[in-house]
Amino acid sequence: MKYHGVTLHRKLEKNMGLLIFGILFVSSIGGLVQVLPSIFQESLSTATENSHLYTAVELTGRDVYIKEGCHVCHSQQIRPLLAEVERYGPYSRADEFVYDRPFLWGSKRTGPDLHRIGGKYSNAWHEAHLIDPRSVVNNSIMPAYPWLAEWEALDLGNIQSKMRALKTLGHPYSEEAIEAAPGQLEGLSQLYALISYLQILGTGLAEEYR
Amino acid sequence: MTNREVYHDGVVKRLVQFSIIWAVLGMLVGVWLAAELIWPGLDFGQFWLSFGRLRPLHTNGIIFGFGVSALMATAFYSVQRTSNVPLYMPRLAWIVCYGWQVVVLTGGLSLLAGWTSSKEYAELEWPFDIAITIIWVCFAVVFFGTIATRRIQNIYVSNWFYGGLIIVIAMLHIVNNLAIPVSINKSYSIYAGAQDAIVQWWYGHNAVGFLLTGGFLGMLYYFLPKQANQPIWSYRLSVVSFWAFTYTYIWAGPHHLHYNSIPEWVQSLGMVMSLILLAPSWATMINGIMTVSKAWRKLTVDPALKFIVLALAFYGLATFEGPMMAIRSVNVVSHFTDWTIGHVHSGALGWNAMITYGTFYFMVPRMMGTELYSIRLANIHFWLALAGTMLYIISMWGAGVSQGLFWLSIDEIGELSYSFTDVMASMVPYYGLRLLGGLVFLTGTILMAYNLLRTMYGRNTVQVSPPEVLDEIRGTAHNPNAVMGVEPAAGKGGVPA
Repeated sequence: MKYHGVTLHRKLEKNMGLLIFGILFVSSIGGLVQVLPSIFQESLSTATENSHLYTAVELTGRDVYIKEGCHVCHSQQIRPLLAEVERYGPYSRADEFVYDRPFLWGSKRTGPDLHRIGGKYSNAWHEAHLIDPRSVVNNSIMPAYPWLAEWEALDLGNIQSKMRALKTLGHPYSEEAIEAAPGQLEGLSQLYALISYLQILGTGLAEEYR
Repeated sequence: MTNREVYHDGVVKRLVQFSIIWAVLGMLVGVWLAAELIWPGLDFGQFWLSFGRLRPLHTNGIIFGFGVSALMATAFYSVQRTSNVPLYMPRLAWIVCYGWQVVVLTGGLSLLAGWTSSKEYAELEWPFDIAITIIWVCFAVVFFGTIATRRIQNIYVSNWFYGGLIIVIAMLHIVNNLAIPVSINKSYSIYAGAQDAIVQWWYGHNAVGFLLTGGFLGMLYYFLPKQANQPIWSYRLSVVSFWAFTYTYIWAGPHHLHYNSIPEWVQSLGMVMSLILLAPSWATMINGIMTVSKAWRKLTVDPALKFIVLALAFYGLATFEGPMMAIRSVNVVSHFTDWTIGHVHSGALGWNAMITYGTFYFMVPRMMGTELYSIRLANIHFWLALAGTMLYIISMWGAGVSQGLFWLSIDEIGELSYSFTDVMASMVPYYGLRLLGGLVFLTGTILMAYNLLRTMYGRNTVQVSPPEVLDEIRGTAHNPNAVMGVEPAAGKGGVPA
C-alpha cells in the first residue's frame, strides 16, 4: 500500500457501519458550523422595536395566506438594493420576522413583493382585488379568491390553541388576549382576516429606519 | 446458497409502475400550472385548483411520487445485484412500496385541502412528516440489511450514493420539520424568521443535493456502466468525488438567501462552498463520460443508454449553472425570477427524469424477460424529451433574465424604468413557449408509459438467481468493478477487435 488514505478507504468500502458513520460525520459538519450557530444567534430571534406581535385576527389572516399559498408567488423580503428599496420600500430586517412561524420570505416573485404592502392600498381595494384581481389590475394573472369572503375566520382551527402553542415558543401573548381571541374573530370572514394581515405587513418598522 | 433463492423484482416492478403514474400525473399538473399563468381563469373558481395549492402538489408529486418511487425501485434492483443476495426482509420492502404511495396520495390531497407548512419541498403537515419518517426507516432497514447480508466484500459505489440519500435525507427531514402541532392539519415551526429561513434552505438545497443529485448518481453508477458494458473509468475518482460531494453540498443552502435578512458570513460561506461544489460535480460527469467513451457506437442504437448519457450532459449543465447562480452578483439578477424555475427544470427534466427513463428502459425488459415493446417509440420519446427540456429552459432563461434586469433597471433621473405589471405582462410569449415545452415533454412521458405497460402487460417478473460468487469478487483481490460483471470492449469505439 503506497498511500495511507487508500488503505483506510479500502476498509471503509468493506465495512458498512464505518461507511454509514462516515457519511453521517462528513455530511453534518456543514450544518454544525453554519446552521447551528445561527440558531443560537440571539440577535436573529430577539424582539426589538421593529417586531410586531400578531393579533388574533392578523394571525388568522396569516394562516389564510399560508393555506392559500400566497407565498408561492409573493415574496416578503426586500433586498438592500437601490431598485428594490425604490419599488417596495425600506429593506427587510431580521428583527421584523422574529414572530414569523414559519418565515414567508418566498423564493419567487410571480407577483410583487408584499413585505411593505401594509397601508399602501385601502381595505376596499384589497377586497375588490382578492375577489376579482382583474377588476382593479388590468392584466393581472393572480387567481381570484371569491371563497374567502364566504369562509368564516373561526373555521380555520382553534385560535386559542394556536396562540397557546406560540406562547410555548416564546410569543408574549397574555392570558387576556388569548381569552378574548375567539370573540374578536366572531362573524369575520377569512377575507377580512387576510386583509387585516396584509395591512399590518411591514408597518412595524421603527421611524428611524424608514 | 440454495438454488431456490431469487432476486425480489416484483416490488421493483410495482415501484416502477407507481413512479410512471406519478410522473404522468405530476407533469400534467405542471402543464396545468403553466397554463394558469397565461389564463388565470383556468382554476374555474375552485379553491383546490388554485395556483397556490396546485404548485406544491406538482413539486411534491414529482419529487416524492415520481422521484422517490424511482429511487426506491432502482435502489432495490441494484443493491441486490451488487450484493449478490436477494433483498433483506422482502415483506418490509412491499410495506415501504405501498406505504410510500399512500403517503404521496393522501399527502397530495391534503395539499389541495390547504394543509401546508409552507416550507418548500417540505409542505406536508406533521402527520405526514411522521409517516414519512417511519417509512424511510423501513427503507433504510431493507437497503442496509441487504448490504449487511451481502456475499461480496466490497460495497459497490452506487450503494454509497443510495446510502447517502437515505441517511442525509433522514437528518434533514427531521430537523427541518420540527414543529409544535396545534391540530391535525396545523403546526408552528419551532424556528422563527431568519433562523427558520436558514434551516429551511439547509433542508431545501440538500433535498436537491442528496435526493435529486446524490440519489440519482446512485442510478448513474450502476446503470451507466451496466448498459455501456464498461467498468467505471476511474473508480478512485468516484471515491474522491463521493466524499467531496457529501462534504461540500451541505454548506451550499444559504445561496438561496443572498441579500436576505440573514448574517452575511452565512451567505458568503454558502456562495464559496457552492462554487467549490462544481469540482466534485464535474468530476462525476467526466467519470461518466469517460466510462461511456468506449461505447459510443452503442449510443446510436440503444435508447436506454441515450437517455442516461443525455441526462449526464444535463447534469453537467445544471451543476455548472447552479454555482454560477450562487455568485452573489449573479444572484441579484436571478433571485425571485423564472431563471430559478428554468434551472430547476434543467435538473428535473434533463437530469432526473431522463436518467430515470433510461433506467426504466433498462430494467423493465430485463425483469420481464422480453424485448422492449417498441424501440421506435422509445426513440421518439427521446427526441420529445430533449425538445421539451430545451424549450422549457430556453424560455425560462428569456423570462428570468428579462425579469431580473427589468426589475433592477433605473433610468437617468433615478426612477424605476418599468412597473411590475409591465414586466409581468411581457412574459406571455415566454410562458407560452414554456407551456409548449412542458406539453412536449409530457407527451414523451405518456409514450413511455404506454411502451413500458405494453412490455409488462400479461407477464410476470422472471426468476433471477444470484450468480455463483466468484473468488475474484468475494474479495481477496481489490477489484470493486468486478461485481458489475461488465466486459470492457476490446478495440476502439466498442467494436470488438
